[in-house]
Amino acid sequence: MRVDKSMLSDLIDERLPRDTVRAIQSSFKDPARFDTYIELLQERVTWTDRIILPFGEHLYVVVKPDGRRIVKCDCGHEFCEVEQNWKLEALINVRDTEEQLLEVFPRMMQGDPRWSQIREYLCPGCMTQLEVEAVPPGYPVVHDFVPDIDGFYQEWLRRPVPTAS
Amino acid sequence: MAIVDSSRELEQPEHKPIGWDGKRLRAMLEESEQLFARTGRYYGLEELELQRRDPIRYEKIFSHLRGGLVSARETALNISASPIVKEIGELSFMLYTPEGDSIALSTGIIVHVHTASDAIKFMIRNDYEDNPGIAPRDIFCNNDASIGDVHNADVLTMVPIFWQDEIIGWAGGVTHEIDIGAKTPGSVPVGPISRYEDGIDIPARKIGANDTLFRDHIEAGLRGTRTPMYWTLDERTRIAGCHMVRDAVERVILEEGIDAYKQFIREVIEEGRRTFRNRLLEMTVPGRYRAVAFTDVPFAQESQLPSYARVDTLMHAPTELRITREGLLEFDYEGSSGWGYHSMNCTPSAMQGAIWVLLTQTLICNDKVNDGAQLGTRGNFPPGTWTNHSNPAASTGIAWYFLIPSFTGLIKGLSRSLQARGFVEEVLAPYPFTANVFQGGGIDQYGRQSATTNFGLSSVGGGAKMVLDGLDHAAAMWNPEGDMGDLEMWELIEPFLYLGQRVKANAGCGRHRGGAGYETLRFAWKTPFYEIQNIDNGLSHSTSGLWGGYPSPTGYRHNVRGTNMLELIAAGEEYPTHDGDPEHSNVERLITGQRDFDQHTTTLPELMTHGDLYVCVYHGGHGLGDPIERRPQAVQDDLNGGYVLPRLAETVYQVAAAQDEHGGWQVDAEQTELRRAKFRQLRRERAVPVREWMAAERERILAHARGEGQFIAPVQVMYAQSMRLSDRWARQYREFWDLPADFDYPVPTPTVDLTKTILAAAQEV
Repeated sequence: MRVDKSMLSDLIDERLPRDTVRAIQSSFKDPARFDTYIELLQERVTWTDRIILPFGEHLYVVVKPDGRRIVKCDCGHEFCEVEQNWKLEALINVRDTEEQLLEVFPRMMQGDPRWSQIREYLCPGCMTQLEVEAVPPGYPVVHDFVPDIDGFYQEWLRRPVPTAS
Repeated sequence: MAIVDSSRELEQPEHKPIGWDGKRLRAMLEESEQLFARTGRYYGLEELELQRRDPIRYEKIFSHLRGGLVSARETALNISASPIVKEIGELSFMLYTPEGDSIALSTGIIVHVHTASDAIKFMIRNDYEDNPGIAPRDIFCNNDASIGDVHNADVLTMVPIFWQDEIIGWAGGVTHEIDIGAKTPGSVPVGPISRYEDGIDIPARKIGANDTLFRDHIEAGLRGTRTPMYWTLDERTRIAGCHMVRDAVERVILEEGIDAYKQFIREVIEEGRRTFRNRLLEMTVPGRYRAVAFTDVPFAQESQLPSYARVDTLMHAPTELRITREGLLEFDYEGSSGWGYHSMNCTPSAMQGAIWVLLTQTLICNDKVNDGAQLGTRGNFPPGTWTNHSNPAASTGIAWYFLIPSFTGLIKGLSRSLQARGFVEEVLAPYPFTANVFQGGGIDQYGRQSATTNFGLSSVGGGAKMVLDGLDHAAAMWNPEGDMGDLEMWELIEPFLYLGQRVKANAGCGRHRGGAGYETLRFAWKTPFYEIQNIDNGLSHSTSGLWGGYPSPTGYRHNVRGTNMLELIAAGEEYPTHDGDPEHSNVERLITGQRDFDQHTTTLPELMTHGDLYVCVYHGGHGLGDPIERRPQAVQDDLNGGYVLPRLAETVYQVAAAQDEHGGWQVDAEQTELRRAKFRQLRRERAVPVREWMAAERERILAHARGEGQFIAPVQVMYAQSMRLSDRWARQYREFWDLPADFDYPVPTPTVDLTKTILAAAQEV
């Protein structure tokens, strides 16, 4: 099903009726979707760096004029190069006491902080909660996603990775 | 004398091979595998000639086979009396090539499409063609996870299909038993600590000939479970369905000819492989995706267990998903913790089955679902870990216990990929564990011995979506058709009345919330004793939500024995119909008695009797996105629908909410905006840079090497097991925290030691 930019915008903003959403989910996928999505995201951000890959809610991989591929928040904060774990450059709030866990879970259903802590990763620019981890103490920060951008563009889309210009 | 000599003839009469063109079946399997290894294509096919030449005929053959499979399922399930099969639909039927590769399948519990494939290939590799022989109208059965299954309660029936004197395929059927005769009652027994306690064990055995079950097999079934009627009728369900599938294949061959059928089954699997690869190329982004899941097994207090099994365990599943430039999907569980003396261990067959069931609900939700997709994946399930226990004595009685949470990593990875590609409508936060499990056995309300596993668990909350909230109380990762069954049916077979059932405020919070779970309050009725258990994660969160969404709350236990319920009823006074917010528990408010109200949520069976109460809480799904971005109106709807506690609407969603004179909640959008702005400031004040936090965390870890560490034993043992089973994971762990090259947690890991002995012995052989 062809989903044009206007319909995709409505889909993201939850303005479509449920049966239309269902039809989009059940139909054959639109080969142009990636480009439509990038175009829409590019229009919605306030900065001009070129988005080359969506990277989760609020985050994008952009290409800088010097060719570096950077993880960037829609508030404009830049974390690091895409191969690095952006979480290491974020702010963190760790819930590792019962009292802290009870701020976000019902009593009796909060888990035991000796077994499981909640880590909230925040954007230093806009303080949006970008990721949450639920892990035991001592667990390494999970590096969620390292995209193969060269392989994606050159071998799957069969075109060069976009440059900043 | 001559008669005796004749009866002891050493030379067996030679049988003609049953494979195609005079080949042995094993030779056919080897040829198929060699062709795939050499070409990367199923049976080495370059062109799908039948499909190209006559696409309508090709699709017609598929439709007839698929229709035969679905018809077999929908018809045969009426033979069963088990609510798990009849009401929930925990069965499926499959069609395989002679070598055991799946061609097509029905709807239902399709996790077993690949496990039955493993079982058929096991029989072929072990020359069942010679002994016990594979002949027309034979019946085979398997429920051994080390051969091809998830756990004993999933029983597979396989019927070879012949055309003239050649085997042309296998019909397979699976049902989930309500009890499997294990050490403790039910179908997912938590009591076993070795496979010798897992219940009826049928390791790929011939159980019938001439379309008739062997008498000794029937007797073994009648004596092997606590629910012989369900066992017997389920077996007839599977056999009837397999025979219907066989009929459907024979009809297709009569219409299309045997040559066309043979060509079709090769091409349709290769088409499945190509379709799967195309779906990857169309919908994902190549790269490396990581996620992690955990679960607790709190057995240190279980006095029924021997000392070596009486330990608390934290199970660890680091999942690495790799989508290669070539269009392969690789799953890597390197670094998983070790198997244990409990029944939550897995085999590779079970793990591959789970991959299958999730792929059919994500990337390959198209019509041509078969083993072609399996050919497009690679799995690494390291020996000695819980994913591949490699121990002939290990139990897999409730392999689902961690298999379910561990595959949330697949959902997370795929969702990141789908969003990166722009398919936002497909993005999902992880599903929850399908629990609590209300399971047990004893004397029922009719005075008979009985057992049950209640499948209300097949309707937990779904993960939040990127464009919608999660599905409320209607989802199970292992069955795409979530159905909790009818309460009236469960009340007929369980000596526990339903006092009430309602939505639980346990959805994972987020911009979109997970689907809510639900709770039931069960009232033990006319049973002198029934041993019943809780099964859920109560101490650890199994995983997190996605992109700022919180995990759903954990489970908890609230059971009361020796209650005042009968007195309340006799006096006509208020009694509870639900527990509600455990912070203001209805059951605690109204009911006196001996109370277990805690986070000790996985237990061995414990006795209940007439008048006792049991709270059964089914999980909500995990959240997606920053909760303070949730639309205020949506939070208002959640409050009025009971999907979120008022306290958490304020602290998590940061809304300004108040109740009107009718008790309805109203959220003030403007005040909410102000409140959320202040909350962002609060976040800034209490957060620290990650690298700063890491430096302090590193010191906490290093303290263990000095014998001064504070991590509890199960956490230390989990790390030690993962590091000792995987040099790669150990290296990554030490590198991340910048630890000395010899850093380790100073705790014994006896199951890892045993694994090394077992693997070394296997290597010598």
